[in-house]
Amino acid sequence: MDFGSTFFYKYRRFVKTLKIYLLLSGPGLIVMLADNDAGGITTYTVTGAKFGYGLIWFLVLLLPVAYIVQEMTVRLGAVTKRGHAEAIFDAFGSFWGWFSFLDLAVVNWLTLVTEFIGMTAALMIFHIPPLLTVAIVSVIMMLMVLQGRYWTWEKIAIVFAALNLIYIPAAFMVHPSVGEVLSVGLIPHFPGGFNGTLFFFLMANIGTTIAPWMIFFQQSAVVDKGMKEKDIPWGQLDTLIGSAFTVIVAIFLVIVTGTVLYGSQVESAAQAASILIVTNPWLGTFIAIGLFDAGFLGAICISLASSWAFGEVFGWAHSLNLKIREAPWFYACYFFALISAGAVVLIPNAPLVLITLFVQVIAVTLLPAALVFLILLLNNEEIMGKYKNTRLQNIAATVIVGAIIVLSTLYGITTLFPGLLA
Amino acid sequence: MVSIEGVFGERIGSVIRGWTATINGINRKYAVPRIQMSPAVKIALMFLRIYLILLVVLLGYKFWTLLQ
Repeated sequence: MDFGSTFFYKYRRFVKTLKIYLLLSGPGLIVMLADNDAGGITTYTVTGAKFGYGLIWFLVLLLPVAYIVQEMTVRLGAVTKRGHAEAIFDAFGSFWGWFSFLDLAVVNWLTLVTEFIGMTAALMIFHIPPLLTVAIVSVIMMLMVLQGRYWTWEKIAIVFAALNLIYIPAAFMVHPSVGEVLSVGLIPHFPGGFNGTLFFFLMANIGTTIAPWMIFFQQSAVVDKGMKEKDIPWGQLDTLIGSAFTVIVAIFLVIVTGTVLYGSQVESAAQAASILIVTNPWLGTFIAIGLFDAGFLGAICISLASSWAFGEVFGWAHSLNLKIREAPWFYACYFFALISAGAVVLIPNAPLVLITLFVQVIAVTLLPAALVFLILLLNNEEIMGKYKNTRLQNIAATVIVGAIIVLSTLYGITTLFPGLLA
Repeated sequence: MVSIEGVFGERIGSVIRGWTATINGINRKYAVPRIQMSPAVKIALMFLRIYLILLVVLLGYKFWTLLQ
């Protein structure tokens, strides 16, 4: 073959591969970008303001952590055709099933409230009242699911997920020193020495990378999308690309705040946006838009994760491919979660800070169980057949899950007893 | 003997009865765990039980100290 023919053949093959990927991508990309939710964006903003570029290396380490955990949900969903809540009921019985399900329902609802807190705080910067934000967001989120096709919902969600990348141009706007980012950021070290504050931030970054809803969401999304065993490699690629994006977004946000807010007393992303909108209106706007988008993306995924879990456990029809009259309870759960969480934010003097702290504590009661069940299920030959974990996968998963359990538990305990690491 | 309908009224009582029946149905359906209880599974479940008890104790302690 001449050069032209070879090039054309490779080009056609690339286009075909890309088309298949675009068809099968979605759950991994969405869950990973939604992982950078309002709480995540706040954590990265404060991390950059407090430690500059000093913890970028740690964020890079979170890529394999996120991938290894979430990849298991792809295989489990594709093989069993069951969501995580149903899989736990089936494999471990009703005690563990009810525990996981009820804990998920509580922690998801509380997390949903925090997403609304993030969204309303972000739009307050543009003088949009919380009531209007909650109303508009709820209407958009309802319209997204009411069109009756999982595929359409997924593609709309990917558009919102792409907006998460706004922190990349924002980082270029602040003209960071590339040499400094590479030399300070990528060489593992503990800025200011290893102390209680630094350890708290390491735990917070781990805690925001793997959340219980992510496991339940991705497995249910894989099932609703109709992925089969043969699609697993595409699901794995989707999850890998999503993991890379989530870490890239986190790193670029740390670069932004590490460049312009390093050393400032910043406690939230909304506060950072408020400060920056005065000195650099475009940058402040970008951070506020990113925070709103993060909350929105988190909210659509979390409310769906809960609705899928309710449907699985109670045996209701639960698919975005069904119309509202075909799956009324599924959509009722979705709408109820949205409206009630949005309403809490509108209550005057509601204990929103307490709710935000409470989420961390409740999440650590569910995360270890969800992760341990995941590994046990992935090791069961009767359930997984040839798709069960290999020895290498088990070693990696056990080490990562062990580390996540220890660090997230310490994070939860530190939230309960703030003076512990002082 | 007092019935649910007697305490909550006919309409709410029948709703509660319906929910109870649904939950009992789910409990019956998943009464027997499908996974084989190998030593590794037993150890993992025992670890989770101890972990949860410790967390509940910590939460209770925090609640008690807040009340003081």
